[in-house]
Amino acid sequence: MTKLETDLLDLLKEDCRLPLEKLAVMTGASLEEVAATIEGLEQRRVILRYAPMINWDLTDRERVEAMIEVRVTPQRDMGFDAIARRIYCFDEVKSVFLMSGSYDLLVLVEARTLKELAAFVSGKLSPLETVTGTATSFVLKRYKEEGVIFDSGETDRRLVISP
Amino acid sequence: MNYEKLLNPRITAVPPSGIRRFFDLAATMKDTISLGVGEPDFRTPYSIRNVAINSLVDGETQYTANRGLPELRDEIALYLSGRYGISYDPEKQVLVTIGASEAIDLALRAVCSPGDEILVPEPSYVSYSPGVIFAGATPVSVKTLEEDNFCLTPGKLEEAITPRTKALILPYPNNPTGAVMDREALEAVAKVVLKHDLFVISDEIYSELVYGGHKHVSFAAVEGMYERTLTINGFSKSFAMTGWRVGYACGPAEVISVMNKIHQYAIMCAPRQGQVAAAAALKTGRENGYEDVLRMRDSYDRRRRLMVDAFRSMGLHCFEPLGAFYAFPSIRSAGMTSEEFCTALLRSKNVAAVPGTAFGPGGEGNIRCCYATALDKLNVALDRIARFVAENK
Repeated sequence: MTKLETDLLDLLKEDCRLPLEKLAVMTGASLEEVAATIEGLEQRRVILRYAPMINWDLTDRERVEAMIEVRVTPQRDMGFDAIARRIYCFDEVKSVFLMSGSYDLLVLVEARTLKELAAFVSGKLSPLETVTGTATSFVLKRYKEEGVIFDSGETDRRLVISP
Repeated sequence: MNYEKLLNPRITAVPPSGIRRFFDLAATMKDTISLGVGEPDFRTPYSIRNVAINSLVDGETQYTANRGLPELRDEIALYLSGRYGISYDPEKQVLVTIGASEAIDLALRAVCSPGDEILVPEPSYVSYSPGVIFAGATPVSVKTLEEDNFCLTPGKLEEAITPRTKALILPYPNNPTGAVMDREALEAVAKVVLKHDLFVISDEIYSELVYGGHKHVSFAAVEGMYERTLTINGFSKSFAMTGWRVGYACGPAEVISVMNKIHQYAIMCAPRQGQVAAAAALKTGRENGYEDVLRMRDSYDRRRRLMVDAFRSMGLHCFEPLGAFYAFPSIRSAGMTSEEFCTALLRSKNVAAVPGTAFGPGGEGNIRCCYATALDKLNVALDRIARFVAENK
């Protein structure tokens, strides 16, 4: 990773709508360099997409989220990666992590209703032949994600003018 | 009661800070974006705050030694030797103060006698000249010029020296200009200092916030200057700890001892939790390569480039600041004084900046804008200034 690459990632992580001109000024690189570097990061899939972070609680969309701890039995010729693939291909699944500790995979699932979510666990996830057990916990409230506090109520407490 | 008779005329004669006047106006405005702040927009890293919380939980609520907690003085000595190559004995040469501000005040009171002249390069931080007057001496302004990169030059220094000159305040990296002085420039000043046997109060509060490959040089590290320099620094700017009020002075044991005499009678000690947090900040920094300081500095640097570029795009001449977190553009092309410009900008566009004259008459024609402001707000403020400048061409 070059300094320019890490600088650009830092800036885009905060605000991916910053125009190339400003990115160039702020990193001290030329417009062409910045454009080429970002393209390189995209091609190498370091940057996967540019998406806003949304606080769904403030929308009227019905939505249920759960974290499911999944225990699996890896089978011959089928390591964790293949089992994870069987799971992450479901549309309901938002994230899948391989974990150390008392279970193997952590699966973040989103559905519109509790019923849909229950149907996913009982009808799609649990029946997979390699899955030996699941423990589902529902998300009640989100406080902080990706470093962003959802309802911080934080204000700038600095004096308007100071020496 | 006749208060005029009661109050000390030497103090009442000092005009109130120009910043204060502007603050009163800005405070009445709503939805203002302020570029007039003089502190980081970062909060103190939580790990440091947590150390102070634990200290309270553990019941550490007593006075500390006058000179400061021994572990903090040890850390300060390690920091200055590791970072700037100057060694101080934590027992005799380090004094922890209530912000760098108290250190400046103590230094002036320790050094000044009636009739003494103290040289103050300007534009600079607002409290030096009043501090000299409060201490009973006479401040002598040494105007620094943009053509000299707002650095103090040996020529300007020589011109200001009289037989009464006792000390020089050296405020670099500089607030409000953002100027820095490299080793060569400091060595040139050192020659004059030595020739006239001056003492130097070096305010290095922005020492960590330097950009563009510049490396901060402590004046005490310049050959021959150690014995005649008081190094003042603190945690407010580099470590985002303004409200904790912890700073320090390091220098010759004889000077520190006299400063401590005033400090112990007037103040007793800096607040304990601030000292505990400051010691943790230095220890953590020493162990992780000053990760937090560098992260904040990188962030300021990006915004610095953005602000300077924006002013230049507006057609305003803007000196390239290489230190602190201020830009000091010239607003002469708008045909207004600094104060008129800032007042009109505030009233018509709800953006607060500080008139350059708040930092001495040499600041006329410039305004100070702080880029330690969230990027989205900074962009809005710069757009508003651009519109203001276009309307006033």
